[in-house]
Amino acid sequence: MELILAAAIGVLVASGVYLILRPRTFQVIIGLSLISYAVNLFILAMGRLRMDAAPILDGANANPVDYVDPVPQALVLTAIVIGFAMTALFLVVLLAARGLTGNDHVDGKLD
Amino acid sequence: MPFLACVLAYALQGRLASGAVYVTGGVAALLFLVTLLLFPQVSAGDALIYRIEWIPQLGLNLTLRMDGLAWLFCVLITLIGLLVVLYARYYMSPRDPVARFYALLLAFMGAMLGLVLSGNIIQLAVFWELTSLVSFLLIGYWYHRGDARDGARMALIVTGMGGLALFVAMLLIGHIVGSYELDAVLASGSTLVDSPLYPVTLILFLLAAFTKSAQFPFQFWLPNAMTAPTPVSAYLHSATMVKAGVFLLTRFWPVMSDSELWFAIVTYTGLATLIFGAAAALFQRDLKGLLAYSTISHLGLITTLLGMGTPLAAVAAIFHIANHATFKASLFMVVGIIDHETGTRDVRKLSGLWRFMPFTATFAIIASGAMAGVPLLNGFLSKEMFFTETAEFHPDIFVNYSLPIGATIAGMLSVAYSIKFVHGVFFGPPPTELDRVPHEPPALMRRPMELLVVVCLAVGIIPGITIGPFLAAAVHSVLGADTPYYSLSVWHGFNWPLLMSLLAMLGGVVIYVPYYRRFRDVDGLPFLTRFRGQRIFERLLLNATNKWARSFIELFGTQRLQPQIFIVVLLALLAGVAAGWARMGNLPLPESLDPVLGLVWLVGGISAIAAAQQAKFHRLAAMILMGGAGLATCITFAWLSAPDLALTQLLAEIATTVLILLGLRWLPKRLPVPEDLTLKMRLRRLRDVGLAVLVGLGAALLSYAVMTRSAPLGISEFFLENAYIQGGGTNVVNVMLVDFRGFDTMGEITVLGVVALTVFGLLRRFRPAVDSAERPEQQRLLDGSADGQRVADDFLRIPSLIMSWLFPVVILIAIYMLLRGHDLPGGGFIAGIIMSLAFILQYMAHGTRWVEERLRVLPVLWIGWGLGLAMLTGLGAMALGAPFLTSAFAYAEIPLLGKIPLATALLFDLGVFALVVGATVLMLIALAHQSIRRPKPAGSAKPREREGLAKWN
Repeated sequence: MELILAAAIGVLVASGVYLILRPRTFQVIIGLSLISYAVNLFILAMGRLRMDAAPILDGANANPVDYVDPVPQALVLTAIVIGFAMTALFLVVLLAARGLTGNDHVDGKLD
Repeated sequence: MPFLACVLAYALQGRLASGAVYVTGGVAALLFLVTLLLFPQVSAGDALIYRIEWIPQLGLNLTLRMDGLAWLFCVLITLIGLLVVLYARYYMSPRDPVARFYALLLAFMGAMLGLVLSGNIIQLAVFWELTSLVSFLLIGYWYHRGDARDGARMALIVTGMGGLALFVAMLLIGHIVGSYELDAVLASGSTLVDSPLYPVTLILFLLAAFTKSAQFPFQFWLPNAMTAPTPVSAYLHSATMVKAGVFLLTRFWPVMSDSELWFAIVTYTGLATLIFGAAAALFQRDLKGLLAYSTISHLGLITTLLGMGTPLAAVAAIFHIANHATFKASLFMVVGIIDHETGTRDVRKLSGLWRFMPFTATFAIIASGAMAGVPLLNGFLSKEMFFTETAEFHPDIFVNYSLPIGATIAGMLSVAYSIKFVHGVFFGPPPTELDRVPHEPPALMRRPMELLVVVCLAVGIIPGITIGPFLAAAVHSVLGADTPYYSLSVWHGFNWPLLMSLLAMLGGVVIYVPYYRRFRDVDGLPFLTRFRGQRIFERLLLNATNKWARSFIELFGTQRLQPQIFIVVLLALLAGVAAGWARMGNLPLPESLDPVLGLVWLVGGISAIAAAQQAKFHRLAAMILMGGAGLATCITFAWLSAPDLALTQLLAEIATTVLILLGLRWLPKRLPVPEDLTLKMRLRRLRDVGLAVLVGLGAALLSYAVMTRSAPLGISEFFLENAYIQGGGTNVVNVMLVDFRGFDTMGEITVLGVVALTVFGLLRRFRPAVDSAERPEQQRLLDGSADGQRVADDFLRIPSLIMSWLFPVVILIAIYMLLRGHDLPGGGFIAGIIMSLAFILQYMAHGTRWVEERLRVLPVLWIGWGLGLAMLTGLGAMALGAPFLTSAFAYAEIPLLGKIPLATALLFDLGVFALVVGATVLMLIALAHQSIRRPKPAGSAKPREREGLAKWN
């Protein structure tokens, strides 16, 4: 299970990095999204993988061992929302740049 | 103490133009008197010290220390300052902003006094910088003139550089001696010279002194500083500022001069400056230029004396400092008078002024005589001492000959340029090229100059009475108990020095006669014009600030994003490898493989790679593939016991997809062209793939290494144990967001709101590119076929009906998610996105216009209210005496709904909800709205024709 997730993170990061090195803005936006998936998974993995643990408490007297680590989850939840906002902002900047420069190269001009 | 008075005066600076004169003059006179009154105490042999502790731990105190040397300088500064103020009263034109002039003059006086009175060497460096700064302002006083600005800038750069060197040197001295107090430094004996750091310290120290005193090769700034008003030149460039360098040398002479290095550098720098300055002075047409080079030459003389290291030479140096200040200040004033009365300083245009201004001429001749070293004048005495010292036998044969010969040559040259000054200006036929008839200046304008000349005479004829005791005090303060016997009498008998003086006199005349016949119109040293220090400096400055900087940027910088990102990623990879390599340890083999997750990620991974491959030409495909990878992520969250994350990821995925779909329409068309790749492009892609694979591998290794280790003891247990007890909720993630880490969430929703408003702002002035400004082809096709029918009616009738009906349902789900968030998966973020999707569904079903006619969503208000509500909840807790964002909770029985938790955290979550709704809807609508606007495409904007213009054509 760990191996699969590690491989998944690796593949996502590699695709993302390749894309952000591309010259077109749309490629970069897709690349950033892929990287943010990888980062979210990575943060979640920092709390170790638990498949059989409950996320919701059962009453007041809970034994922490039985539950999944909530800290990475809270962090990732925040990260997802911020990632969405980032994508939106980048998309709009992309469109504005496209309108002003007439092309979609990251440098604003073609080679 | 005088300095305190000066600070006071500085605070009082320039109210009214005429008042400024009296204020400045009064302060200068007062300071002069105070200084004079202090003489009995100073001459008693011990330094007066006044100390204010500032940071005693670091040895930084404000210490004022007046001994004989400082006293002598104080007298020079205040006396000449006073005379210059009187003189400037008549010199300055009423149109000039004189208040600023006097204020700066006072500031300079204060800085200079502070410098000579500093009892702390750091303080000394600070005042040193201050003199550089104020002199910059004074030289650039007529800042409307380009040459004044250039001269001021050059002076500032050169002396400021020296000031920096001085500061480091002072720190080093303080480090070596162990104290920053001047007393301690002066008492340290040979500690400095014996230190291994001595050479570095000495070089830096001399750099400071040489730049300030315009020693070769830093002499070039002084002639350019002559663009200052003449009173400033008389004050700064004869008596004070340039003397700061030699003051520094004299001050530290007792502790630093006892070495070969000092002797070699200082003596020969001085000698070179002495001869160079004298020769250059002869070849100046501008009278101020002549005096400037003469000043350089005399400073070289003083430096040479200080370099020789014998006590007698030091006496001569101090004596010459005082003498030079008097005759050079008076000569500058003469030049100022000539300039004022005739309108020119060009020696070629001037001649025969004796007839028009006999008094001025007489005094000028006496002062020039002092400059040349004519007997019975003060210049003669110190020059004689100089010759005596150079003629001393020295074991080194080179030194033994070079010094006296160099000194005699310089003496001849200085006689020659003095003759040039006198002969060229005051004798010969009456001037013919002047605009007006010159006459004597107002008596008060002459007085300062006359007084100084009288001092020259007095010192020259009866030195023992006039300057003897003062000089003795100054010399004693430098040399201490080692003060040698010296004689100030005019006649020492017939000896070597006298012979040298006579030789210099005769030689000067001999040089002048052929010079006058052949070279008098030459400006600048004939064979050195190509190597002007000024030009070298300017070229260096230009290169350093412009050319070199630009090529540096070209070499190491790029404005293109791709290489930048490449370097950043590469560095990150290297850093990660460097940090993680050693800590990797043994990686255990996987214990179990989960086939389902494996299958999910087989799809997810292929999607990601395919998205990377397709993103260039098939944007829609790439986006769908990216969604595939996103769904895999979402399933993984659910699989790994993180329901909140799975929900949020799913919803954010939907919102992102809609967003990008809306944006796709404005991107340029890109058809897959036959791959015609150059080798370079292939290599670049290969390189990028290589880097991407390496980074991916690194990330995979890293996460695997972390995951296979047991988790360290974190803070998770605290949250798990207290979520229910203190937060009143069983969904720990949500409780953390709205309660334990509420402040983080607060910041996050603020960011979200700001982003949404930015998006909105950017889109309000959106200008699409020319080629996508038209309506899309698909829409235009429909225009023809179905007249008046909307797309939704024809193709999406059933789905749009369902979407309409779903509107209340989705809203209900959103509210449900919001309310249950505290105990079960859900919460403000999730509910917010669901709610905004409800709105988006309506837009999709019916089109933008239809919705906007019927439904008024005010997303900006939602954002505002959301943020306000969250903030108020936090503040409410504060009002009740608890810290910001503390929450309280209770369970309430509500009929029909059963027992629901009522925590103030719910209010906070409501704020989050409202803000998320507002932000998401605002971004989506703003983008969607672009389709129905008819924005002007960028670049096609034509200047509007002015109305009415046509009828004239």
